[in-house]
Amino acid sequence: MLSSSFFTGLIIFFLKEQSTRLRTALNLVGAAFKVIAVHYMAYRLLVLDHIHQASFSMGLGFDFVLRVDFLSLMFLALSSNLWLVTTLYAVGYLEGSPNRSRFFGFFSLCVTACTGIAMAGNLITFFIFYEFLTLVTYPLVVHRETKVALEAGRTYLWYTILGGALLFLGVVWLQVIAGPLEFVDTGALEALGPDQHNILRIIFLILIMGLGVKAALVPLHGWLPVAMVAPAPVSALLHAVAVVKAGAFGIVRVVFDVFGRDFAGFLGLLAPLAVAASFTIIYGSLRALSQNDLKKRLAYSTVSQISYITLGAAVIASFSTVGAIVHLVHQGIMKVTLFFCAGNFAEILGLHNIRDLKGVGRRMPVTAIMFTVAAFGMIGIPPMAGFVSKWYLGLGSLHGGSGWIVGVLVTSSLLNAAYFLPVVHSIWFEPSGREWKTIRPSRLEAPWMLLVPPIFTAAAALFAGLFAYWNWSPLGLARQIALGMGVYP
Amino acid sequence: MILTGHIYRDGARRLNLGGWTEPLGIGLYVDGLSVLFIFLTGIVGLLVSIYSVLFFTREKNQDQARHFWPLWLFLWGSLNSIFFISDIFNAYVVMELVSISAAALTALSGTSVSLVAALRYFLVAMAGSMAFLLGVGFLYAQTGLLDMYLLGAVTSKGPLMALALGLMSVGLIMKTALFPFHFWLPSAHGEAPAPVSAILSALVIKGSFYVLLRIWLTVFQGSTATPEAAVLVGFFGVAAVIWGSYQAIIQTRLKLIIAYSSVGQIGYLFLLFPLTFMTPDPAWKIEAWTACVFQTISHGLAKAALFLAAGNLIQATGTDNLKSMRNIADRLPMTTFTLALAGVSLMGLPPSGGFVAKWMLLQSILASGQWWLAAAPILGGLLTAAYIFRILSQTFVSDDQISCCGPVSFIMEKSAMLLALLSILIGFRSKEVIFLLSERVCHAIQGGITP
Repeated sequence: MLSSSFFTGLIIFFLKEQSTRLRTALNLVGAAFKVIAVHYMAYRLLVLDHIHQASFSMGLGFDFVLRVDFLSLMFLALSSNLWLVTTLYAVGYLEGSPNRSRFFGFFSLCVTACTGIAMAGNLITFFIFYEFLTLVTYPLVVHRETKVALEAGRTYLWYTILGGALLFLGVVWLQVIAGPLEFVDTGALEALGPDQHNILRIIFLILIMGLGVKAALVPLHGWLPVAMVAPAPVSALLHAVAVVKAGAFGIVRVVFDVFGRDFAGFLGLLAPLAVAASFTIIYGSLRALSQNDLKKRLAYSTVSQISYITLGAAVIASFSTVGAIVHLVHQGIMKVTLFFCAGNFAEILGLHNIRDLKGVGRRMPVTAIMFTVAAFGMIGIPPMAGFVSKWYLGLGSLHGGSGWIVGVLVTSSLLNAAYFLPVVHSIWFEPSGREWKTIRPSRLEAPWMLLVPPIFTAAAALFAGLFAYWNWSPLGLARQIALGMGVYP
Repeated sequence: MILTGHIYRDGARRLNLGGWTEPLGIGLYVDGLSVLFIFLTGIVGLLVSIYSVLFFTREKNQDQARHFWPLWLFLWGSLNSIFFISDIFNAYVVMELVSISAAALTALSGTSVSLVAALRYFLVAMAGSMAFLLGVGFLYAQTGLLDMYLLGAVTSKGPLMALALGLMSVGLIMKTALFPFHFWLPSAHGEAPAPVSAILSALVIKGSFYVLLRIWLTVFQGSTATPEAAVLVGFFGVAAVIWGSYQAIIQTRLKLIIAYSSVGQIGYLFLLFPLTFMTPDPAWKIEAWTACVFQTISHGLAKAALFLAAGNLIQATGTDNLKSMRNIADRLPMTTFTLALAGVSLMGLPPSGGFVAKWMLLQSILASGQWWLAAAPILGGLLTAAYIFRILSQTFVSDDQISCCGPVSFIMEKSAMLLALLSILIGFRSKEVIFLLSERVCHAIQGGITP
């Protein structure tokens, strides 16, 4: 599993810059292989109830554990599928630009790290891959080699390394007082007795701060809008699957599998977390309103959307749990679509600013349709995927007795509409006052490699909403996960 | 290596040379600790030698080769004897041999800057040795013994013993370049030719650290060593981590960055003293102890790799200014990779050897409740990341104005790379190392600490 992308990455480093075909083939084969492996595992897990597990001892009082449970499977399926699509997109996007071997090498390693994060069976293994992810995404962020990119890379590193150090402290501390914690045995902390509770609270705070950097919780979100200088496929991957999602996934793991949701609630830790998440949601949306650069607007939208996951994890109600887990997937496919489209606008016509997008719907109808679909999803218009997540989050907060969260959700949806609808409006309905300068001519509106990925992901976003009640849809899986945790009614 | 196998199975051994028995003869003693140090010396020495064969065959360096080889082999031999030695007077003699040959190696390139650096190094090393010898003298006058293990059995206390310990420690600390006695290190390590810097930084300072460990843990075994002294040493350790790493950040020459990074990394080693002498629980003592030795090894490997990679760069570009490193990611991918891998180990990111060391260190710090010590691994890690990425971010920049690069021998790149890989891989096989240290280790902690 891990090796399918790890070795691909290593081999690609040593390929010559010119051998494009071989590299593309390797990439796609690796990605396809991984998708197949994930589906095979999904089949084994869901149908045959067989859990894959591998571990070896590190000799430090803990083991290196890889384990596939429902939650990992969900994240795995998301990352492997999106990797395949994004690879295709990146091949088209970077055609003819320098340093592609380096780019695809680190790209593969990045997905390796994600897979590792998904499959990590305890907090320490999780941490190992989490740090690995930091390292391999840095070259992707600075890929353009401009001064701005290097500056952004530095900001990114400062934030993430600091987060890593905090996480390190938290993980070690937890290990000292509670021993190695497998994600399986939830509730071990509960047995520790009340005199340890204060320490546990501090550890929780440290862990969440460490993870919150990547999950872009305000005020730790500063790196994310800056890191937008990266090429579009990188932003897509960073926002939808890799870095941001790793942080959110980590928070879900810490809340559910390390502390246990009810115990964390008992310690009084979840309410502050929910407040922080709500604040982030509103703040991110407000900042998004004032951005003129399309990618920046999307970045702030990510800041806000990711916190839905944290919010869902922080409310003690089964519906919220389902909402959090399902949003992990939904946000991924919708955001990746938006970034693909933004990348297309920038790459084909050179449009970065929102004001320039007027009337672009006539010139690039397919891309514009996909953008619209995904934007509607983000706002949460039924029957799109975003609606399903928000519905569950809202239901959950009512059940959990925190009605104010519904207010947050509604406000945020309104704000989402306020920053997405004008874009959609100007794409379709405003006349373009100028000639289009085509940077990359092609037979269709864009090269097919840039067109197929957004179509695929937008369709996924649509179907995830339409067939939400199907047992194998993201929602269906999320319900099963919640069931597995014993929190679904 | 065969020796490692023996120790792994049987535990410590002891051998007397020339048929003399303990009080007089030159005793040799081997246990898990010495074996690990010898192992480190062997691996680093071998790869550096391979590297040097090619390094010194270039015309420019050819006349240096005549002096390099005898000095290096001599140094290698005396380093190995340090790790075998079992009495303190002979330890002094061997350390003298090490210092002399090391200082001579520093001056190898013959420029006036390197001569000054070498002279300064030599004087500091001499002063350190004198202090050590004085301590040995006091000890002999007090107890009439020189053998480490016999001395360990003596539990007499007194001002003279304390003075002896103090003198010996100061002497050794000067040689090991703990802050604030680090001033000689950056110039000496920065000016020497690359393979020499690698040896100095990876092995020579570890030699005197080894003797320091022996002195504190075997000879005095906690009888004379007071917690206050241990805390003081620990404080300087923390200061070294922060100061050394900070200095590394503001340097503009690659080799100086690496040299200051040594100052910082050595600081970690000295956290051992407050941890072993202040912790009540023996399990955590062993953990701290293991962590420090682990740090010694992984730092040795990573640092040697960094210096060798820097040597490659100098050969390719003619200078080690940070700006000259642009473009190298394309032209010298393997060297860049080496820098990155060794950097990961220094930063202590998983799954490298440095990570394992830091993990155990932080764990024992938290368990022993000495909070102020935690500043070292956390802050040190951040600062290390800062200077490593200062190096690495340069390699990602393409700059057409700088012409790159002269040819670099494949084997030279490979040997540096191998060292860096080892420093990462040791993290994966940490189990054996830890076993060797904690189960078989030893006399060094058998007396007082081992359960």
